[in-house]
Amino acid sequence: MKFSEQWLREWVSPQLGTQAIADQITMAGLEVDAVEAVAAAFSGVVVAEVLSKEKHPDADKLNVCTVDDGSDNPVQVVCGASNVEVGQKIPFAQVGGVLPGDFKIKKAKLRGVESRGMICSASELGLEEEASPGILVLPSSAPVGVSFREYMQLDDMTIEVDLTPNRGDCLSIKGLAREVGVLNRLQVVEPGIEPVAVAHDEVFAVSLEAPEQCPRYIGRIIKGVDVKAETPLWMVERLRRSGVRSIDPVVDITNYVMLELGQPLHAFDRDNLESGIVVRMAAPGERLTLLDGSDIALRPETLVIADHKGPLAMAGIMGGENSGVNENTQTIFLESAFFTPLAIAGQARSYGLHTDASHRFERGVDPQLTPVAIERATQLLIEVCGGQAGPVIETKSAEHMPAERAIMLRSARLEKALSKTLDSADVTDILQRLGLDVSVQEAGWSVVAPSWRFDLSIEEDLIEEVARVHGYNNLPVRRPAARLALRSADEARLTQGRLRHQMVARGFQEAITYSFVAPELQEAILPGSVSPVLANPISAELSVMRASLFPGLIRALEYNLNRQQTRVRLFETGLVFNGQLDDLTQVPMMGALVCGSREAEGWSGAKTLVDFYDLKGDLESLLALGGNQNSWRFEPAEHPALHPGQSAQLLHNDKPAGWIGTLHPQVRATLGLKVDAVLFEVRLDALSEGHIPAFEPLSRFPEVRRDLAFMLNQEVPVQSLLDCARAEAGEYLKGIKLFDVYAGKGVADGYKSIALGLTWQHPSRTLNDEEINQLVDSIVAQVRVKLDAELRG
Amino acid sequence: MDHLPTLVSEARDAIQAAPSVAALDELRVRYLGKKGEVTALLKGLGKLPADERPAAGERINQAKQVLAYEIDAQRQQLESAALNARLAAESIDVTLPGRNQSNGGLHPVTRTLERIEGLFTRIGYDVAIGPEIEDDYHNFEALNIPAHHPARGMADTFYFDATRLLRTHTSPVQVRTMKSSEPPIRIVCPGRVYRSDSDLTHTPMFHQVEGLLVDEDVSFADLKGTIEDFLQAFFERDDLSVRFRPSYFPFTEPSAEVDIQCVMCSGAGCRVCSHSGWLEVMGCGMVHPEVFRHSGIDSERYTGFAFGMGAERLAMLRYGVNDLRLFFENDLRFLRQFA
Repeated sequence: MKFSEQWLREWVSPQLGTQAIADQITMAGLEVDAVEAVAAAFSGVVVAEVLSKEKHPDADKLNVCTVDDGSDNPVQVVCGASNVEVGQKIPFAQVGGVLPGDFKIKKAKLRGVESRGMICSASELGLEEEASPGILVLPSSAPVGVSFREYMQLDDMTIEVDLTPNRGDCLSIKGLAREVGVLNRLQVVEPGIEPVAVAHDEVFAVSLEAPEQCPRYIGRIIKGVDVKAETPLWMVERLRRSGVRSIDPVVDITNYVMLELGQPLHAFDRDNLESGIVVRMAAPGERLTLLDGSDIALRPETLVIADHKGPLAMAGIMGGENSGVNENTQTIFLESAFFTPLAIAGQARSYGLHTDASHRFERGVDPQLTPVAIERATQLLIEVCGGQAGPVIETKSAEHMPAERAIMLRSARLEKALSKTLDSADVTDILQRLGLDVSVQEAGWSVVAPSWRFDLSIEEDLIEEVARVHGYNNLPVRRPAARLALRSADEARLTQGRLRHQMVARGFQEAITYSFVAPELQEAILPGSVSPVLANPISAELSVMRASLFPGLIRALEYNLNRQQTRVRLFETGLVFNGQLDDLTQVPMMGALVCGSREAEGWSGAKTLVDFYDLKGDLESLLALGGNQNSWRFEPAEHPALHPGQSAQLLHNDKPAGWIGTLHPQVRATLGLKVDAVLFEVRLDALSEGHIPAFEPLSRFPEVRRDLAFMLNQEVPVQSLLDCARAEAGEYLKGIKLFDVYAGKGVADGYKSIALGLTWQHPSRTLNDEEINQLVDSIVAQVRVKLDAELRG
Repeated sequence: MDHLPTLVSEARDAIQAAPSVAALDELRVRYLGKKGEVTALLKGLGKLPADERPAAGERINQAKQVLAYEIDAQRQQLESAALNARLAAESIDVTLPGRNQSNGGLHPVTRTLERIEGLFTRIGYDVAIGPEIEDDYHNFEALNIPAHHPARGMADTFYFDATRLLRTHTSPVQVRTMKSSEPPIRIVCPGRVYRSDSDLTHTPMFHQVEGLLVDEDVSFADLKGTIEDFLQAFFERDDLSVRFRPSYFPFTEPSAEVDIQCVMCSGAGCRVCSHSGWLEVMGCGMVHPEVFRHSGIDSERYTGFAFGMGAERLAMLRYGVNDLRLFFENDLRFLRQFA
């Protein structure tokens, strides 16, 4: 809501400067967004009268005029505007004057004729954004020689407030003045609005078929209206300063009253209405062409103003094209109605509309304003357009009018809520100035909320009002008190933070990518994956929820590769979304991606590229944090995004918990990536599982070690060998180290040599060679049977 | 016997000229060994008259000691020279960078969230999290934002269907926590939130931290104290001015927007604060009784406050980041600055 400071000051004028008023209302909850001068700086412009006008001898489109600018002699000026006429009062820029944009007025010759000044248009004075078609013509009453700024009262500021949705009552000068009055403890002076004398007795039937949505409707017929009259300059100016463009006098007047009092009004052409107004819900299949030309299929939950032929207007939102006032209109049916907030709320938005009227009605318009506003509008209409007013036709359903809201504010509750004892008389004063009907009682204040405050209905609403007017920053500050209760903390659980910090320690940068991705990208990486799709995405690129962390990490990789970053190590934690809405899982995962050289570029390292085992090492360092490495297994398995020969599914306690692998060459090609990347993603709940250490006594007896090298078929995973060895190694096995993998010279084609170092230790005695030899024999035998592998000779 | 001084003198010269420990060992054998020249003199003592023997013996022994000493001295010198030579040969350039340095880092938003969580958990708040695909009830209804409420226009919501959506704030976590636990409740809820807005100063996804404290006798003063403490701790500025402006959120009452003195210009006015000297950093208020009612908490007995802030905004102010979009581009050159 934009308003002119001058206009406000006609209602209430505190002894404060513009910025101080802006600060004051901001600190009372009406946040001021901008304070701007209503007109750009200019000088040397006076009101003048055109005395004569003759055609320029050498230019068809120019006139040579003389004007009386209040100085001793008439001034000759060349004017190019087509609308200049003798006898007009006009804004005249004198020689030496400066127009907006630092445009200096000098003596000049135009096609050989001397011109000493300039007759100005509204846009040349910065009063209109668009170039004006002609000069600005002032009312004939404008006094010649007076400074134009002074005459127009241009030393004024426009204040723009960003109102919260609860303060619909401040969407008018009346409401803002009320608020400023409360804050400064000043009386607010309302302009006198007297009922207009009724000059004919024609009425028009109104029936309220949806009284719950529209409990009060006031109409009036005004005859003999000259819709071609001009809106007075002062009104055009006020509208302009409120950010509203002048259209025609009828629209301007309804807008003016809406800005002044807060009541949206609508004017119909009486001659286009058939036998009476019906306020009802739209019937199925009904359509309406709105003022803006759009043709709308109405839904049954939409309230309409109709006549007996069909809908005329979308109630409280926008009028219809065919029933509105046009240039031939002579008789107006003026509407001032109360539509309940619930009837209008959400309706405009559901049709993609938002109007000044809907904005106000859905926040609540004072139901007691209806009769006042129609009188104000009638008065202005007759002043501007002439005509005769008929009787006010009021239709009301008293039982559906908003109920009176009686609220009790307990002084004890107020004190407790604010930790401050406020002076009781001050509280009473604040409540009364806000327009509440207050009765002071022993326990507090029993109040009735004013009809314009739809946001006041419970005790907390009143506490907020008192706190707000008193000033939040005048209220005390303290620290909450709490009992120091210890809470248990799960030692066998790793926090996400711990896992993240481990990744950081391993040289990874954390990424945060959007949770929604491009469907093509997701399909390229995870063909056939199912995840929820946004109904109203911001763009197709961000329209499907990620079913994996891979798409985001791969996008981030691309982004960095395109910026000369060749070594990329990224990780991310976040939810992935699997399934349709009804069988949806939102699973916290950790994902990582590596690409480029194994080590950061330096003088010491080999320039080898990362491979599967590098990232597997990083992942195993995460698993080691929990201390339950044995609960994890890497199973060779295929994943659509990963190289089938270089991917593994992670099993945690035999349940799938994630994937690791090299990006599939085909996926790489589809995405246009030129380099290899290795990725993993693992469920965070599984990663977070730690353990509570259980002490085992240290043995004082020596460890025995045996190294065994097996010739294993290339196809056989090492895990099988390890499992086999572990199964046969007996209870005193301490550990198995895999210390060499070799294929090549000396090893048959299709085979690999795997060297294991096994250590045994007994808690209470020295193990003898014989028992170790037995265990080794049994390992070798089982490996032979199960894996068809021999000891390397 | 008469040639002893000559022998000693010769031996001395030879010892001092010895180029290596091995040469020195040879000299030791030659003069002091079992068959050495000095040892031979001792063996020849018996041929002397008995009265000369003691004096001669002493002279020979002295010569022997002198030579032994000379040999040791020379040996030490040679060894020390050898060590020095070895050390000199082994010296390296200690200004070369160390091996395998690989520096990672947390995302600045995570860094910010961790700091905020830390400040609150240290005084007894718990961290609570919840789903990001939410339903209308938890995101709106239970927070006193019924369908068609104008406040729904305040947050442009991403929908999946009529009732399921991406949460627009982390407040649903507060609702879920209040429903599942009893006061006193002290939680902070960090997480991703979503609004369909994308321009220079908005991204469709961002992070919030909301806080909630519910107990007996919690007042607006407690809220003010908590927020002031938090902001001063977050910016590590004890003198940071904080002000509370009345505002409106359907789920709190009284509600307030919180401004801090601009941390860029210390309130003097700059581009970041639009020359106002103040920066809006968070919203807060006392929990609305209607929210308590939805969560089954007796609003006569318990009161509480809630607050919420944008992590990106705080990170921008704290670290001087001037473009919101950088947070989600994941440019390593950006991310590495927060390691």
